[in-house]
Amino acid sequence: MGLQGWVGWFGTLVTEEGETAIGTGLTLLAAAIAAALVLPLGWLALDVLELGPQAIQLSFAPTTVQVLVRTVGLVAVVTAGSMIVGVPLAVLTVQAAIPFRRFFTIVAALPLAIPSYLGAFAVVSAFGPRGALSGVLAPIGIEHLPTVYGFLGASIVLTFYTYPYVFLTTRASLLSLDASLVEAARTLNSGRWEAFRRVTLPQITPGITAGALLVALYTLSDFGTPNIMRVEVFTQFIYARYNAFMRDYAALLSLQLVAVTAVILAIESRIGIDESGAYESGGNRGAVDLDLGRLRYPAMLLPAGVGLVALLFPIGIFGMWLVRSGPGYATGSMAFSWSFGVNSVYVSLLATGGAVLVALPIALQSAVSGSRLASIADRAPYVGYATPGIVLAIALVSFSLDVLPALYKTIPLLVFAYVVRFMPQAIGSIRSSRLQVDRRLLEAAGTLGRSRLSAFRSITMPLILPGIASGAALVFLTTMKELPATLILRPLRFDTLVTYIWRVQEAGLYGQAAVPALVLVVVSGLSMGVILAQEGGRDADQ
Amino acid sequence: MSEEISPAHSDRGRPIEGANADATRETLLELDSVTRRFDTEAAVDQLSLSVREGELLTLLGPSGCGKTTTLRLLAGLERPDSGTIRVRNEVVAGEDRFVTPEDRNIGLIFQDFALFPHLSVAANVAYGIQDRPDDAIDRRVEELLDLVGLSAYGDHSPDSLSGGQRQRVALARSLAPEPDVLLLDEPFSNLDVGLRTEMREEVRRILKAADVTAISVTHDQEEALSISDRVGVMHDGRLEQVGRPEAVFQNPASRFVAHFLGHAGFVTGRREDGAVSTVLGSIDRGRLVGYDPAMDGSTIDVLVRPDDLGISDDDATGADGRIIHRQYTGPSFVYRIELETGAVVHAQVNHVDRFEVGQAVTVDLTADHPLAWFPRD
Repeated sequence: MGLQGWVGWFGTLVTEEGETAIGTGLTLLAAAIAAALVLPLGWLALDVLELGPQAIQLSFAPTTVQVLVRTVGLVAVVTAGSMIVGVPLAVLTVQAAIPFRRFFTIVAALPLAIPSYLGAFAVVSAFGPRGALSGVLAPIGIEHLPTVYGFLGASIVLTFYTYPYVFLTTRASLLSLDASLVEAARTLNSGRWEAFRRVTLPQITPGITAGALLVALYTLSDFGTPNIMRVEVFTQFIYARYNAFMRDYAALLSLQLVAVTAVILAIESRIGIDESGAYESGGNRGAVDLDLGRLRYPAMLLPAGVGLVALLFPIGIFGMWLVRSGPGYATGSMAFSWSFGVNSVYVSLLATGGAVLVALPIALQSAVSGSRLASIADRAPYVGYATPGIVLAIALVSFSLDVLPALYKTIPLLVFAYVVRFMPQAIGSIRSSRLQVDRRLLEAAGTLGRSRLSAFRSITMPLILPGIASGAALVFLTTMKELPATLILRPLRFDTLVTYIWRVQEAGLYGQAAVPALVLVVVSGLSMGVILAQEGGRDADQ
Repeated sequence: MSEEISPAHSDRGRPIEGANADATRETLLELDSVTRRFDTEAAVDQLSLSVREGELLTLLGPSGCGKTTTLRLLAGLERPDSGTIRVRNEVVAGEDRFVTPEDRNIGLIFQDFALFPHLSVAANVAYGIQDRPDDAIDRRVEELLDLVGLSAYGDHSPDSLSGGQRQRVALARSLAPEPDVLLLDEPFSNLDVGLRTEMREEVRRILKAADVTAISVTHDQEEALSISDRVGVMHDGRLEQVGRPEAVFQNPASRFVAHFLGHAGFVTGRREDGAVSTVLGSIDRGRLVGYDPAMDGSTIDVLVRPDDLGISDDDATGADGRIIHRQYTGPSFVYRIELETGAVVHAQVNHVDRFEVGQAVTVDLTADHPLAWFPRD
């Protein structure tokens, strides 16, 4: 059954009278999905139980505590760094009349499109031992570059690639800020800075916080950067224990990581950031003018500098590797083959198909039904989205080895992991496109003599197809660049673009990684494009 | 418009200063040929105006006439391209000087009130007086909440208030720092119709009790006429006329002002022998504003408003026109009548006098005040 046929079949279900039976069915389906996710996570707990009393001892072992402290430290530093970079950039691009404002807004947001592990890879392949720049600098007498590995290096790289979260959420708050409030403060005898501190800042704090939490979650779950930069945080440490065949210990650490993630999510829901911004008021939004005078020219360098470095540096480094030859080039079994690209596309397509099939019923039901069960069914899959990829991968390894050995390191298990992780993206975009279908359109079709099924086919379907398409595109593109689950769950000798980059960077043979890395930059750029197109469409609808 | 005003009427082309509201008090605020352009369009064009201490002046005009820009120029939220603004004889804008909003001591009440949503009512009122000692702040906040009748609402969040209450908070907040001038931007446009009349009286009471000089802008002629000591009518960035509400209403300086203040109709006639013969009969020169013998022999349009006309059944003298529309307002009917000459006028009559649309009627000039007139182009 093709997608169209399937949706049609599903249409007959949701348009029948007696929504409860279907609702229950869908809720069961969503529950099954949630269970499919929670079950492997439960296996982690079982693994840990097998450790017995040792579990407690290991939990409080100095190494474990150090990892926890280092992880929290990295999250704190990167989050703070993102705010320091992101907030001024947002204020500058929204309120100051800097030249080429639109261009620099895009430049400042673009680093989000590049996965931080590519940035880390670029940094290491440039400044690390045998890196591109060490070869250039050696003849002019610079023998030793300060090491880029470690906490500081990882903090800087992560800040450069995550500040756009803060930048974008702060921008949104600033744009929805009622400019009359600032003007009111000015007429009440506040100067520019005082008005910013006493009126603007409290208004945009929810936006800044929302972005900061996203940064914290990203940093916490990021696998590639700490591994490449060799910082012993949870994700790196878990992978190292796993490779040393200490699955139980890896499981224990995974549970701890889940716990820290849960704490951040709890803070997020506690603060209760609603997407529309905490304070709504009418009037002339976003029209605040920050007159910088001549300073606007140097001010322009800020977004230009930050954005362009994050964007152009990796592209430049990969480009350098592309055009030069010599040491650092992979040959033999490490040579690049386009079949890796084919493999990437293959698993990504499978993941996309699976995610859309599962997401459709959940999204459509949750959009039309106000029941609490439906909203739980809609929310439950997001657990998979929030779980760090490394944790999911370790859990699925344990689960498959203990329960279904036939699935261990097979394509179906890998695809299952992708679906669990990325399906919420499809749910989100299908759901919002369904919500935009005005109920009255269907009622109008009814008064024009169409049956409910016919109305679904002729009206709902064409209107939600773009939503399905962009959801599918998002799943495809994010799967293409997914790292930890691919690395751990792939079948033996099955390489994708991502795992190839991983292997050559581990071996320190950077040369041929240039092609797959550049391909991934393009893929990432496209997925950003999809998100922007979605948001643009949404704005235009309002 | 000045072009429409004859040389004989040139005195009315200039803003007429009303001899109102205690002329003994000093001029507080002065605009001198102030111009503000956006791109090439002049939003405010060569505007001159002076406001006396304690006065409540309303700038009235259609949207886009430049009235809100004028307020923003006064507040310091816009810079004039040319001209000078003085407060207490001190230049605050112009002559290479620009005083920022925070140093101007001019308060502004926004159309949507712009209450700070993250602060309580009391904290909103206290916002502009943070430089005072704590107990002085508390006293002042209490005093103002009392003045606006919201003593019990200090801890409330602005979100929990009704429209009228928000407006009271906005007033209290702006009055707290004791501004030289208070500006009000379309103060009643965000209120329900029923609340508007009540708040007009209330705002006027509060402003007078605080003895503050205030300039308000609106497009609602009824509001302007009812709350103001003086009204200024703006059109295309220019001030067409300034004066006491009743003076401007009765004696508009231009056709635009006449139309904007409502239901203006014109009857055309020739001036001969000190009288004007019109379709409604001869109007004696004593019933015209500013009789000028030099105008004899010319054709003029006499302004007639609904309350200047009465209608009766087609009598022996013959009908003057036909009713083409009827609007029932409760206390009265307003009839729209097409006269034989093609001109359209309105007549307001008692609600017991009922005529049908299409009926031929006799229209009588019942006005007991001098009528304004404009020369025919």
